[in-house]
Amino acid sequence: MASEKVKTFTDNNFDDETSKGVVLVDFWAEWCGPCRRLAPTVDALASEFDGRATVAKLNVDENPNVPGRFAVRGIPTLLLFKEGQLAETIVGLRAKEDIAQMIQRHLGD
Amino acid sequence: MADRRVTIIGSGPAGLTAALYSARANLKPLLVEGLEAGGQLMLTTMVENWPGFRDGIMGPDLMTEMRVQAERFGAEVIQGDVVRVDLQNRPFTLTLANGTSLTTDALIIATGASARWLEIGADRKLSGHGVSTCATCDGYFFRGRPIAVVGGGDSAMEEAVYLTKFASKVTVVHRRDTLRASKIMQDKAFKNPKIEFIWDSEVVDVLDEGKGEVTGIVVQNLKTAQRTTMPLDGVFIAIGHTPNTSLFVGQIELDANGYVRTHSGSRTSVPGVFAAGDVQDHVYRQAITAAGSGCMAAIDAERYVEGLADHHPPEAATLQTTS
Repeated sequence: MASEKVKTFTDNNFDDETSKGVVLVDFWAEWCGPCRRLAPTVDALASEFDGRATVAKLNVDENPNVPGRFAVRGIPTLLLFKEGQLAETIVGLRAKEDIAQMIQRHLGD
Repeated sequence: MADRRVTIIGSGPAGLTAALYSARANLKPLLVEGLEAGGQLMLTTMVENWPGFRDGIMGPDLMTEMRVQAERFGAEVIQGDVVRVDLQNRPFTLTLANGTSLTTDALIIATGASARWLEIGADRKLSGHGVSTCATCDGYFFRGRPIAVVGGGDSAMEEAVYLTKFASKVTVVHRRDTLRASKIMQDKAFKNPKIEFIWDSEVVDVLDEGKGEVTGIVVQNLKTAQRTTMPLDGVFIAIGHTPNTSLFVGQIELDANGYVRTHSGSRTSVPGVFAAGDVQDHVYRQAITAAGSGCMAAIDAERYVEGLADHHPPEAATLQTTS
């Protein structure tokens, strides 16, 4: 269902994968209705920013450590990393255009 | 010529039922989903009062079925959010968040209602870090931790009972000394050993903004004015909903609480604009009543556009046939 442009992050590869460039991570779970709503938006963003920014998903059921480290206590949550540093957080649903603008802002620097 | 004969805003039971009926009337309706696609049922688990499913059906599954059913008959469902409407000029114009706009002869408003927050600021700032309006989304993060539920209606009791699956203890904080919830939900909550009640009280602060996560709440007793700080890890807010009508302010008639006023079925103060579901109903607020009113709006809209096609306003057409 998910686009092949969207990477899958885990507790194990998270630090490596977020260390370089601009990376958007979607924290989600199977049982979360709003996460299902956001999924097509995340897919579309992955295609839109292909080659310029990384777009990934992290399943909080299978990977409890990373959500704990970033005090994620609600999903969907989007975290944006730049060169390994947490730069922005979006909690809940947001229009695709808003998220795209946020990514663009960090690419622009 | 308008781009569309019928356009629907909102994708809960009201919007999708309106889309189904308009599609089967060959009106090729466009439905704009909105940000909270699928509506409030996307935040629920088992829906036990939707007729026809004796064992219940999961809310998100029910919404998927409704969408696919409407699409099967030719409804076009698009992602996107309407950010502006012009209902003063005909055809009506809608502008989406991505900048595109379209015109439509008839409009069905089914934008529903969204969860209300406490009006203290701290709760919104800590949203996603311990404050939530969606137990099914966020309950998981509170395994073995103490939490509070604010509210005394059906959804508050439903959330409280659901959250006992995860939390070590659930404290319900309610403004009154009795619950507004239905008898069956009250019984479920009172019987649950993990649920405790604090009556006649309201949450006046959520701690700790400085830390960026919830560490407790400050509760004030409304009779004695006494304040108590309760250490806990999560707060679920279930104090009702506000209608999503900010788009329409000044263009159609709303009531004092912001709900769309309807008359003679689903008609609003502007001919050609119809409303269905929770956006115009603060009394029943059920999935089935929303779906029913969506059906009414589709039938009303169909008659309206047929009247336009005859180059007569619908009222004039009626007069001719009766004379």
